[in-house]
Amino acid sequence: MFYREAGDFKTTYVEDSQTFPIKLDRWRYYAVLAIAFGVIPFLINDYWANAVFVPFLIYSIAAIGLNILVGYCGQVSLGTGGFMAVGAYACYKLMTAFPEVSILIHVLLAGGITAGVGLLFGLPSLRIKGFYLAVATLAAQFFLVWLFNKVPWFYNYSASGQISAPERTVLGHFVTGANTTASAKYLFCLVILVGLAWLARNLTRGTAGRKWMAIRDMDIAAEIIGVNPLTTKLSAFAISSFYIGVAGALFFSVYLGAVEVGEAFGIQKSFLILFMVIIGGLGSIFGSFAGAAFLVLLPVFLKNVLVGQFGWATDLAAHIELMIVGALIVIFLIAEPHGIAQLWKLAKEKLRLWPFPH
Amino acid sequence: MTQDASGYTAAGGRKIGGVLMEMKNITLRFGGVKAITDISFDIRDGEIRAIIGPNGAGKSSMLNVISGFYVPQEGEVWFKGYKRGPMKPYQVARLGIARTFQNIALFDGMSVLDNIMTGRLTMMKSGLLSQAIWWGGAQKEETEHREKVEKIIDFLEIQAIRKTPVGRLPYGLKKRVELARALAAEPKLLLLDEPMAGMNVEEKEDMSRFILDVNDEFGTTIALIEHDMGVVMDLSDRVVVMDYGRKIGDGTPDEVRNNQEVIDAYLGVAHD
Repeated sequence: MFYREAGDFKTTYVEDSQTFPIKLDRWRYYAVLAIAFGVIPFLINDYWANAVFVPFLIYSIAAIGLNILVGYCGQVSLGTGGFMAVGAYACYKLMTAFPEVSILIHVLLAGGITAGVGLLFGLPSLRIKGFYLAVATLAAQFFLVWLFNKVPWFYNYSASGQISAPERTVLGHFVTGANTTASAKYLFCLVILVGLAWLARNLTRGTAGRKWMAIRDMDIAAEIIGVNPLTTKLSAFAISSFYIGVAGALFFSVYLGAVEVGEAFGIQKSFLILFMVIIGGLGSIFGSFAGAAFLVLLPVFLKNVLVGQFGWATDLAAHIELMIVGALIVIFLIAEPHGIAQLWKLAKEKLRLWPFPH
Repeated sequence: MTQDASGYTAAGGRKIGGVLMEMKNITLRFGGVKAITDISFDIRDGEIRAIIGPNGAGKSSMLNVISGFYVPQEGEVWFKGYKRGPMKPYQVARLGIARTFQNIALFDGMSVLDNIMTGRLTMMKSGLLSQAIWWGGAQKEETEHREKVEKIIDFLEIQAIRKTPVGRLPYGLKKRVELARALAAEPKLLLLDEPMAGMNVEEKEDMSRFILDVNDEFGTTIALIEHDMGVVMDLSDRVVVMDYGRKIGDGTPDEVRNNQEVIDAYLGVAHD
């Protein structure tokens, strides 16, 4: 009843295959975009930007990237942290080598470089599948972190071994460095996220997405109908790595500002983003957003409740928070293995009729 | 029935053309096991060719050789007058050979429409970048192919389920969707591996009708494996009979039915 399809007729195939075929959905989507661009930038402060919005936006990019690889193409990867590190270090090297070039171009180039590295580490996927591939990508994770620690050229021979982002502007506003305003950070990440999410949606609904899903669902049948497994898997690795590289570059330059590779891009990061994809929903762009929101917001929410409401000690609250998040992930996976996206879908199907029985 | 290089006239006055695919002295081994021993036969343009035989005779292996899944150790495969070298299955698909599987091999996570659209992947040309931008090239191409796919959906009478995820469909419909996916590729040669397995009489009748219609309307050459003898004898123009990896009979249904070796293979023969 709240969710009406009646009277919403499609007379062309273009209309029938649009992203939000139901009118209510379409309007809600426009409303979200309007609030994200028109309202939040004026209300946001440093706390909200750093604790909630900027990490949410950046993790969403990474989750979309990983979802393309794991959710759409069915190739498990535990190398996300390593690939984010590639994006971050590529961005750092580009920023210091070509200071006059816009950071937007650096971020996108960093994604491109990560795509190349991802392609390289995707090669084993042609021979190995499942758990074995996960172990191979785990090797990528450890190798890349080791590489950025060991070779001083990557961190410009700085004494601390850290990389820190120089100040850069977009359209006259600082987006990196100490003088950045909360709304500039937020808007910079938002624009990139919206652009990339739109591209990802287009890729996954067309030929490329069908090839990926065919390989995921049944690789033998995919090959028989004419899908080249080599180019299909490698394209998934490259595009996924591009997204993850962009996320890594933003994570370093806009969000953290200064990075030590083992701390920021360790194996925990790989698992965090994999959890986002699994909890949000494999094979769903919306699920990537939902998973990122869940895992970014939940700790913040729990911390506020435990410390702010109950007045617990911060370290105790931090431990309890870890246990609660872990337990929730397990409960979630048992209750709804297809993630938040599936829950959302079920809710929508229920709402079509509710409160009437038919 | 007279047969020559230019073809013959089949039952019902259908004109059957020249040789489309020819298998010459095919031998396929798995280690020490010979699955196929020195088999030759041809498939002519426009005919419905059945491959029959008891279980384990090597029929499915034969189909896998045709579709490029297995490469035979000996023998030659000729298609459209050219000798086919060793090829990957996806390259064979691009030559115009499509197939269905004995145990359904659909993409469970995708809708019926998407599954059938995958059949046209080899014909979709727009690059990754144009797909990512979507507006313009990719969308236009998508719509063109959607129109073709909708024709097949109408043809196979599955309009009502086009948005349903394949995993939710009953067996008979899955078989039909798989046929639709193969047809979407507009193949020259369609291979059907037990299209009627596990179906009830009505479903078999439907499927038989579709196979005849496909052959009739699109002029698609069909090679099928089937265990239901009634169906095979009614549908096919010529039949190859295999037993233990050898060819023991080849000809029209009537010729095969009266072949002593075939009768022995199916009914068994007393050893004394």
